[in-house]
Amino acid sequence: MIFRISRLAPTMARSSYLRLTLLTFLISAGVQGITIKPALAAAAQTQPADEQATPSPVRHKSASTSHLGEQKFKANCSRCHTAPQQISPRIAGTVLRHMRVRASLSADDERDILHYLAP
Amino acid sequence: MRFCPLSNRHLRASTSRMWKSWLVGLLLPLAANAGIAQDVPVISGAIGFLNSTNTGVHFFQPVLAPVIAFPIGKHLLAESRFDFREFYAQTNGKTGPYEGTFFKTTQYLQLDYIATPKLTVTAGRFLTPFGIYNERLSALWIQRLQDAPLIFSIGTRTTGSSNGGMVRGVIISTPKVQLNYVGYFSASSNVSQFQAARSAGDRVELYFPTKRLEIGTSYARFLQGTHNNSVGVHFSWLPWRSPLQVRSEYAHSEHAQGYWMETTYRLSQWHGANSLIGRLEPVFRMQQVFRNSPSSGDGLPRTDTKQADFGLVYYLPHEVRFTSSYSREFSASGNANIWDTALTYRFLMPAWRGHK
Repeated sequence: MIFRISRLAPTMARSSYLRLTLLTFLISAGVQGITIKPALAAAAQTQPADEQATPSPVRHKSASTSHLGEQKFKANCSRCHTAPQQISPRIAGTVLRHMRVRASLSADDERDILHYLAP
Repeated sequence: MRFCPLSNRHLRASTSRMWKSWLVGLLLPLAANAGIAQDVPVISGAIGFLNSTNTGVHFFQPVLAPVIAFPIGKHLLAESRFDFREFYAQTNGKTGPYEGTFFKTTQYLQLDYIATPKLTVTAGRFLTPFGIYNERLSALWIQRLQDAPLIFSIGTRTTGSSNGGMVRGVIISTPKVQLNYVGYFSASSNVSQFQAARSAGDRVELYFPTKRLEIGTSYARFLQGTHNNSVGVHFSWLPWRSPLQVRSEYAHSEHAQGYWMETTYRLSQWHGANSLIGRLEPVFRMQQVFRNSPSSGDGLPRTDTKQADFGLVYYLPHEVRFTSSYSREFSASGNANIWDTALTYRFLMPAWRGHK
């Protein structure tokens, strides 16, 4: 495959590269769309889809949820390190995913701690 | 198909441009996907300046340890941690001009797939999961004492990192008890930045969240050269009502065994954690290594050694931390005084703005 590509390359003009970029983008975006669409939909909704499917007793008690998240943060993340003094809400999900792997957090723990970090 | 009579140089340039086009086309949607809501990629880590005097030999190290975490879709996370440091020491030990040596290390570069709530599959280069120090306490912005425990290399040979696959997760998770597991296999590698030993192992730990009490066991089998086993037990306790932290590890290998026990107590009960005195955290660590038989290549002290470490950590505002410690080492090959000081700054920021 690499051999074929390298043979084709010299025949391509600059505009061909742009077309190739666009084509790859569209194909890639099409494949990614499987994950982008639900994520966009989830971002647009107030409650995540999985939370709506399984209503939680603390869903409407944001203060309780935040307290629960704080407790879970202290029980799990603080076992190794102190909490960052500031955390941007934009990266809270990524930080939590990292912690989910490191501290073997459950999906519920992840959601509660996320609510605490980025209410 | 007609081929232009181009030189190899032009051919390479054209091929390079084409690969770049493909990469841009592939990465743009990935980046767009990763930039949604709270899942913007993260650049984190620490920068520090470490200063040490060991038996009269002075050296210092500026260090940069960046961490990158990049979520992909809803189940994948690519993450990495590197360590760049310049090691300055005098050319003749205690005399002569200072000369620097640059070290760069890839500590982990892994792709995590969160398959189910109880299973995560990891591929790539990862920190060898033996005990608690290597995976959880070794980061520059977490470690309270600059030097790793004496028994660090038991179970984590040869570099502390492994190349291969790992499964991890939680078997039982209730509000009162959690049973976690990790299993891994590593291939041997001598590639620069990716050196690792052929080995396999596991770790199982029981955690009681209501008590913040954890006990666990680790096992590693070294599968290259002379095969041998390492086993370990770890313990940690962080009582809820007190800023006390107690952590300990015991590890045993064919040629040596030993333990370390560390206690810390942040003085936050005096006027709060952000008061002048509340930012101070004394640390004490006791450790011992017992040699069963001589071995030159296992990274452990050559003779029976015990060491007491006394440290002070001061948490300054804006994620800056000052640590200092004094260690007294007692060994058959000679006693030693070790003085360490360090200033570290921890950073955590989005890789780009992302969508609100």
